[in-house]
Amino acid sequence: MNTLADFLDASVRSATPLLLAALGETVSERSGVINVGLEGTIIVGCLAGLAAATFVGPTAALATAGIAGLMFAIIFTIITIWLGADQIIAGTAITMLGLGLTGTLYRVLYGDSGAALTAPTLAPIGIPLLQDLPLIGSALFHQPLPTYLAVAMVPSVWWWLNRTHSGLAIRATGENPAAARSSGVSPRRVQTIGSLFGGLCGGLAGGTLVLAQVGTFAEGMSAGRGFIAIAIVALGRWSPVGAAIAALFFGMASALQFLFQSLDLKLPYQIFLALPYMLTLVALALAKGRYRAPAALGARVGAVDIT
Amino acid sequence: MPPLARTLRLMFVPILAISLSLIALSALLAVSGYSVTAALAALWHGAFGSWSVIASGTLVRATPLLFAGLAVAVAFRAGILNIGAEGQLLAGAAAATAVSVTISPAFGIVGSCIALMAGAAAGGMWAGIAAGLRQQFGVLEVISTIMLNVIMLHLTGLLVRGPLQESTATFPQSALIDQALRLPRIFPGTRLHAGVVLAVLSALLLAWFLRSTARGFRLRMTGANPRAAASAGGIDVARVATSAFIASGAIAGLGGAVEVTGVTYALYENLSPGYGYTAIAVALLARLNPMAAIGSAFVFGALEAGAAAMQREAQVPAGMVGVAEACVILVLLASEWIGTRARGWSTLLWGGAPPQPNLSDPAAIGELE
Repeated sequence: MNTLADFLDASVRSATPLLLAALGETVSERSGVINVGLEGTIIVGCLAGLAAATFVGPTAALATAGIAGLMFAIIFTIITIWLGADQIIAGTAITMLGLGLTGTLYRVLYGDSGAALTAPTLAPIGIPLLQDLPLIGSALFHQPLPTYLAVAMVPSVWWWLNRTHSGLAIRATGENPAAARSSGVSPRRVQTIGSLFGGLCGGLAGGTLVLAQVGTFAEGMSAGRGFIAIAIVALGRWSPVGAAIAALFFGMASALQFLFQSLDLKLPYQIFLALPYMLTLVALALAKGRYRAPAALGARVGAVDIT
Repeated sequence: MPPLARTLRLMFVPILAISLSLIALSALLAVSGYSVTAALAALWHGAFGSWSVIASGTLVRATPLLFAGLAVAVAFRAGILNIGAEGQLLAGAAAATAVSVTISPAFGIVGSCIALMAGAAAGGMWAGIAAGLRQQFGVLEVISTIMLNVIMLHLTGLLVRGPLQESTATFPQSALIDQALRLPRIFPGTRLHAGVVLAVLSALLLAWFLRSTARGFRLRMTGANPRAAASAGGIDVARVATSAFIASGAIAGLGGAVEVTGVTYALYENLSPGYGYTAIAVALLARLNPMAAIGSAFVFGALEAGAAAMQREAQVPAGMVGVAEACVILVLLASEWIGTRARGWSTLLWGGAPPQPNLSDPAAIGELE
């Protein structure tokens, strides 16, 4: 194992939950719904994954985490899409709710000590021959299930958005809900689907964090990944392929700390913790004018009209 | 309509939101297997048990919440979704600490003032980054302010382990601020400090500014309808929005400076238990009205102080209060919808359509004043 291969391996590992969350958010935002509550959804997925893993094993627990994320997104969906509340403010509250709820439930379920409870984790699946490739073998072909899932979802989501009727309805709603409605699409229904799909993916991202990486739960362990995923969507110009590239970029930024540690550079670790966030700001600034958000992103749709 | 009826109607939704949140909190307590009565009793004692508890607990915690709440309110009124009060507050705290541990204690009260101004300047500058990114590069302020919150948290961690670390270099915190440079205590035997007066004065000043000055009017117009403000009002919308954003950061930064010079006397990473996020609830409960924010900050200060007591006396995790605060915001948001549906009944009761404030629409809120 050489340093560079380890670095690439760590990059892909860090990128996986970000990509899962970002793909869901891409669909959600293309339908016009920005969910700042993604951070809360991810941590709900984390706790659900941990709680389920001891009973049903890691693979089913991953699915449970996704479903938990979807259920949690129902609250956001009702308040914003059905009751017409501001998406940003509601999303912020949803994040507070997710962080508070999981912190409380974790202590209630596993005691005040917050003792490190370990969950069974998903073992890496090696693809014969390919995993033995030098440099990229381990990074690309010796990863746990969620990484393959995320990679498979990139073309699937692209296909969904660009080559299907429902994808067209999603894009139309995000650009111009009134026009979408006049062509027989219910913006409310489309946005509900987009938002819930975002919740499902956010839950999967949380499950990935616990079941394929950390193996336990800690309060606030989502550590801003939901917000980074939202930034990734913008950086990826609201396309699944763009999201994949941006997620890998962030994975690398996070993995830098391992690389620098092994190179024995004496830098304060806070710099590495802050690095992905600083890069986000720089990247968003540099991306100026080269991308455009869905025109109706964040707008209140269907709050007044009965569709 | 009689003034009492008008007041009652304006108070209805906030009271509903608080009541429903307390019910949600009780339900969560019950489900989690805690004694609801014991926990709520501890909450009450911790918030209102005695005068000294009100002063040392509730009011001390309400102070940073009021500053941060005002910061959020002024930004939202200008149409800026500043989610970054948390980072701006920490920036202010860091700058005030840096000044306080550097200058000579002989400066006394003047030194305190310099520290507070440094805090406000730092908060404003930290918000200025997001304001610049928004103006020059079109970066959504929601994303940038959240990123800046996290960066500031790590920057604080870096400061208290590096340049600002206390002299023994053992603990991740700054040196204690000298006695002479601390904000004076104003109520004997309690921890209540002069910062609370400053916070209330800021609220009054901001209320006057928004209501009675031309700049305040331009700010409200910019938030209400930027396009109309620019075309019909001839307002330089970009400039007003940027100034409001920076002012918002400065208010939050002042709050952070008050917190270190009045309460903690030192800088450390977990200085703020999420004051900047709770501030969003404070501002919304007050309908973005600075005067009402005084009352709303008091309510949330009580909730925070009560939660600390609940954790001490009934071993209830403090995270539950986060849940209650989130419920307040969500109920307030949902009540807009309930409000529009309830208009029919209200007309029957009061005779005439009442104003229905739209919480995230500054134009509608302005009409209420």
